[in-house]
Amino acid sequence: MLRFIARRLLFLLFLLFGVALFVFILSHLVPSDPVAANLSQSALNNPEIVAAFKEKWGLDQSLFSQLLLYFQHLLTGDLGTSIRTGRPVFDDLMQFFPATLELSIVAMVIALVLGILFGTISAIFRNKAIDHIIRTVSISGVSIPSFWFALIMLNIFSSVLGITPGPGRIDTRTTTPEGGTGLLLLDSFISGNFQLFSDVAMHLILPGTVLGFFTMGLIARQTRSNLLEVLSMDYVRTARSKGLKESAIIVKHAISNAMIPVITVAGIGFCNLLGGMVLVENIFAWPGIGQYAYLSAVSLDFPAICGVSLLIAFIYVVINLLIDILYGVIDPRVRYE
Amino acid sequence: MTLLKVEDLTIKFKSRQGVVKAVDNLNFELAQGSSLGIVGESGSGKSVTSLTIMGLLQNANTEITGNIDFDGLDLLKLSPNEMRKIRGNSISMIFQEPMTSLNPLHTCGKQIMEPILIHQKEVSKQEAKKHAIELLRMVGIPSPEQRFHEYPHQMSGGMRQRIMIAIALACNTKLLIADEPTTALDVTIQAQILDLMNSLKKKRDMSIIMITHDLGVVKEMCEKVVVMYTGQIVEKSPTELVFADPLHPYTKGLLNAIPKISNKVERLEAIEGTVPDALNMPSGCSFHPRCKYATEKCTLEVPTLFQLEDGREVKCFIYDGSEKGDDVNAAK
Ligand SMILES: Nc1ncnc2c1ncn2[C@@H]1O[C@H](COP(=O)(O)OP(=O)(O)OP(=O)(O)O)[C@@H](O)[C@H]1O
Ligand SMILES: [Mg+2]
Repeated sequence: MLRFIARRLLFLLFLLFGVALFVFILSHLVPSDPVAANLSQSALNNPEIVAAFKEKWGLDQSLFSQLLLYFQHLLTGDLGTSIRTGRPVFDDLMQFFPATLELSIVAMVIALVLGILFGTISAIFRNKAIDHIIRTVSISGVSIPSFWFALIMLNIFSSVLGITPGPGRIDTRTTTPEGGTGLLLLDSFISGNFQLFSDVAMHLILPGTVLGFFTMGLIARQTRSNLLEVLSMDYVRTARSKGLKESAIIVKHAISNAMIPVITVAGIGFCNLLGGMVLVENIFAWPGIGQYAYLSAVSLDFPAICGVSLLIAFIYVVINLLIDILYGVIDPRVRYE
Repeated sequence: MTLLKVEDLTIKFKSRQGVVKAVDNLNFELAQGSSLGIVGESGSGKSVTSLTIMGLLQNANTEITGNIDFDGLDLLKLSPNEMRKIRGNSISMIFQEPMTSLNPLHTCGKQIMEPILIHQKEVSKQEAKKHAIELLRMVGIPSPEQRFHEYPHQMSGGMRQRIMIAIALACNTKLLIADEPTTALDVTIQAQILDLMNSLKKKRDMSIIMITHDLGVVKEMCEKVVVMYTGQIVEKSPTELVFADPLHPYTKGLLNAIPKISNKVERLEAIEGTVPDALNMPSGCSFHPRCKYATEKCTLEVPTLFQLEDGREVKCFIYDGSEKGDDVNAAK
């Protein structure tokens, strides 16, 4: 088990290296000029300023030495300095990451809880009205464009019904608390500030639902089909022959077996959800990595783009590692070697 | 004392293609402590019958009529809740597929404890565990304390079937239904499992219904045999007589299909033809298309179950005492 994790971590290093290289090459293949993107028109007309800008960011050197420089810094944990914000990329990521982490965890919890619940209900009441409703909702989860869904939800629940607050992470009249983990739900809970806690929670519901909707649909569909398959298995028949109640059969014997393939889908869903982050964060004015990535991309902020890419790659590998470990926890037949 | 009495049991499946009569007017009884073999080719309705006795065959497209009297209870009239209290408690069942009949995610011990904890509410977890280990020892699993914590995938097919038997016998089973319990196992393991069932039957004064298409198994295990064909009983008699003097042409065919070591040169012959399609049954006796002795009458009329003087029953015109009997004896 430990060797397995160690090997996966080694793999992670290689992967990060590859991603860094790939992003570096890609960002230099793009036919656009970071100088033009970052300097004002008047500054661009001044060749001295342009030269100074190029020198400062190493843009005057050959591509290869730029690459070497980049890796040299990476090895020391230095992701470079963002051209746009002028701050170390690492600090930027650390500042924006907690908001994204919190949102994605909430979205994933919503997706898992509702997905498994809906999938189970759907399987139990197969071909009844409730099953058709749930399947329609799940399919729309997988097929509705999320930007459209986000706008509709925001309009209905915030503007028209006024149930949820508008965009943003917290009420604009309160200030973001300093320090802590940056996960506001956790921080406010620990400090006992329950007013802030509920404010944060209310702000999370809408973007969390929108972000998790696709994954919820995926999990619900997978849960339904797995559960139906498991319920026709011989060991379920054995459970029935013992005299177990149907509900106990589902809870004790069927769901756990049905969850094994769902874990894979949940992992795919989680990665997918990170992809949806850019859109959702922009629509909900969420101060997270998604927005940061968007702003970095439009200003051709190469160090920042590379930093974000590395972070995402890191998260992907960690999720996959967690999923593999989870398999072993649930299924005694899995062996790590 | 009669433990189980099945009367006029008929089971129909409705589907878009039509109605399938999987079991047709079945009658048999079973005394406490005795054993009955149900024999027949694939699709003859053996599993459907046993699942019905267990109360496991319930869905909207199934129609069950008749009576199943078990220990003074009319099983077909019980509510699902009442039936659940019997299932796994006084009637248990073991299945053909030991490899897939156990939950892969639970330890064997946990799966044996389950029926105890369901049916014997007064038993604590500790006691149930002790009992489960005792059961493992009883079904011949070595080092049961250790095996208790192991998962099904860590055991062989024979051991898994032993675990299934332990589960089936965890409570106070009066009737054990074994649906082809050894079909999936090696011959040597088969013999071990049958021995085990035989000795447990004696020890517990339990009744067994042994479902199989292997007449050899019946010879080892059962006092009486019921031969089924297309959902109907075609012959019912004590085991020795089935082997010494089979009555129905189908039974004769089944016997011819098993190799005999004692008789030196004897041709092994399978019954010609195949089981008819359940949706498209032949007229008259359902066996007539495959029967060597079939006459025109067999294609037109359905024989009833004739009772012979010695108590045996057979569903064939040969034995209805009319002129046909002579023809057959001539044919013999
Ligand atoms: N749920 C069901 N719906 C419709 N038809 C069914 C169902 N279960 C069984 N049947 C039909 O009932 C008939 C009897 O099936 P059954 O499983 O009892 O045969 P069997 O004697 O146990 O055969 P085998 O030796 O292959 O186990 C078959 O024709 C089968 O197709
Ligand atoms: Mg069967």
